[in-house]
Amino acid sequence: MSDRINIIVVSGARERLQMAAMVASVGAVSGNEVSVFLSMNALAHFVRGAAAPVPNEGEFGALLAAKRAPAFKTLFEQAVELGDAKIHPCSMAMDVMGIEPAALEPWLSEPLGLTKFLDDARDAQAWTF
Amino acid sequence: MAEHKVIDARGSFCPGPLMELIAGMKLSQVGDELEVLSTDKGSANDIPEWIHKVGHDFLGAREEAGVWHITVRKAK
Repeated sequence: MSDRINIIVVSGARERLQMAAMVASVGAVSGNEVSVFLSMNALAHFVRGAAAPVPNEGEFGALLAAKRAPAFKTLFEQAVELGDAKIHPCSMAMDVMGIEPAALEPWLSEPLGLTKFLDDARDAQAWTF
Repeated sequence: MAEHKVIDARGSFCPGPLMELIAGMKLSQVGDELEVLSTDKGSANDIPEWIHKVGHDFLGAREEAGVWHITVRKAK
């Protein structure tokens, strides 16, 4: 049985990005309709060629970085390619950052406003990271 | 003719082995067997769970020297 899973990602910390990517990828490849909304500090990591270090929130983040855990961006991309997930940048965050869609990773879907995302998320699972 | 493919995901952590299996599934034909090698114990539980959920065939799992061999058949 499939379900709709909506994931809001606002943190730029490694642990939260990793957990969000895990939920998105496993949820999507398990037949669920997954929609991710990237905003606030999370969005900067999805600018093409982003090279800024990903801050660790705690010790586990350092462990993740040191071990061969799948990179969160790889997992998000696999959610799209293998599970047809939709990953939307927040239009407000794009305005604040002064970036256009072409500046973001090409596997992201179109920018979305919060009103539309919340409307789509009605009566569905919602996870926030 | 059905093939037997080995997916070496040793050293990767959850959900890496599962995602590598699914990528391999996409490139396989119905009836092909895929054997995942994983050192991640959690994946040894998660992969059979996923296989049952999506309707493929779980053929078995065994551990040898710290490496899990998880074998499945693409059923659809």
